[in-house]
Amino acid sequence: MTSPAPAAPGLKPFAAMLRREFAGYFRTPLAYVFLAVFNAFAVSLAFFVGGLYESGVASLDRFFLYHPWLWAFLAPAAGARLWAEERRQGTLELLLTWPITVWQAALGKFLAAWLFLACALLMTLPVAFTVGWLGDPDWGVIVSGYAGSLLCAGACLGVAAVASALTRSQVIAFVTGFLACFVLVLVGYGVFDELLAGLFGPAGIDEIRRLGLWRNLEPFTLGLLDVRPIAYFLSVAFAGLGLSTIIIERR
Amino acid sequence: MPLIEAQHLSKSYGALRAVRDVSFSVDRGEVVGFLGPNGAGKSTTMKMLTGHLRADAGAALIAGLDVAEEPVRAKQHLGYSPEGAPAYGEMTVREFLRFAADLRGLADPAASVRRTLALCRLEEVAAQGIDTLSKGYRMRVGFAQAVLHDPEVLILDEPTDGLDPNQKHEVRRILKEMAATKAVIVSTHILEEVGELCTRVIVIAKGEVRCDESREKFLARGADLNAVFRQLTA
Repeated sequence: MTSPAPAAPGLKPFAAMLRREFAGYFRTPLAYVFLAVFNAFAVSLAFFVGGLYESGVASLDRFFLYHPWLWAFLAPAAGARLWAEERRQGTLELLLTWPITVWQAALGKFLAAWLFLACALLMTLPVAFTVGWLGDPDWGVIVSGYAGSLLCAGACLGVAAVASALTRSQVIAFVTGFLACFVLVLVGYGVFDELLAGLFGPAGIDEIRRLGLWRNLEPFTLGLLDVRPIAYFLSVAFAGLGLSTIIIERR
Repeated sequence: MPLIEAQHLSKSYGALRAVRDVSFSVDRGEVVGFLGPNGAGKSTTMKMLTGHLRADAGAALIAGLDVAEEPVRAKQHLGYSPEGAPAYGEMTVREFLRFAADLRGLADPAASVRRTLALCRLEEVAAQGIDTLSKGYRMRVGFAQAVLHDPEVLILDEPTDGLDPNQKHEVRRILKEMAATKAVIVSTHILEEVGELCTRVIVIAKGEVRCDESREKFLARGADLNAVFRQLTA
């Protein structure tokens, strides 16, 4: 006869996973390098390339303009370790024989990474306060811009999670994740228009452009809260999460 | 009811039939030595028993629970250390065990970690990063996470691989201490371990069970265990 089954663990495995993964960023210098690079780029792109100060307008739209580029590069950097590192260290075998479902593990990892990106984003708040000090911005628009940027980060992280689930090399995970996100950025700028017009006809181009990151972030930076871009970012994020989970389950 | 049951397990990797129709069961108090040449299907069988690999055919039961049907409940009864004892290298020993305890939802994780650190003689390196440890300590960390929750079923893939004789002796000592209340499978290619540690022997070669018998019967096959092994696995 076996001893009575241990109590159902409920959310404990998920919470443990979330904590470990979030703390994991700060166990290596990666977190600090990442936060520094993100902030340096976010601020310098807005001021030196976007001309945020010279524009004389108390608004952050020139700051958010570059966020799809930033996330396309840095979300795969933060997400590369999600599964690739488990594979490389052999700990995936351990994790998958512990009493946690792959879904719980994947969600814990994903949310921890998203939370980490949110920390990076929150560290740029002094930019918003500077604009507030210099002028009289619409704070509602700034809040919606931040919300949009965070959603955009989640979408890029979804792509990065898939890239990371496919390989045991963080470098390959980063490069493929970045390339996929890069395509999502370029689509919105019409880079592939000629190619796509040949495939889908001119009418299809606008629909395709809607699949770009910038096209979906733009309404947020103007303070327009629309269901479509929210649904877009969340579907990319959760499709990536779901696909990465299936890849790990079927490994 | 046996605590471990392999029922007609089979697994192929492409054209290679790694495990073919393997069946056995292990009761409480048994320590089964799982022997076989490299590539015989030992690890693959263990991976199917622990729910890491899905069997092509057959079923694996841990404490009567099918690992494919009820993975989370089955795995609560299981402690497993994969080959090479992988662990999160950037964590300290204590952090790693605490994470494993939290993930398993143990009632008193701090006490379980303390008890396990003492049992596996890991206290002096508890605050050290796992990456910085010697092979012997790393193997012990892998062993520690497997026994952390005092499971009824213990499956260890080459737990003494790469250890020096003193360390091997230590792992065997701990295993013997715990064996009475558990069902244990230990894979090894060190034949002397059979005599020292096991109550029963299963020899597997080319994906098939070649012999499944008590230690006494196995040892009676001949004085030269290496010759016995070669003959069984030919």
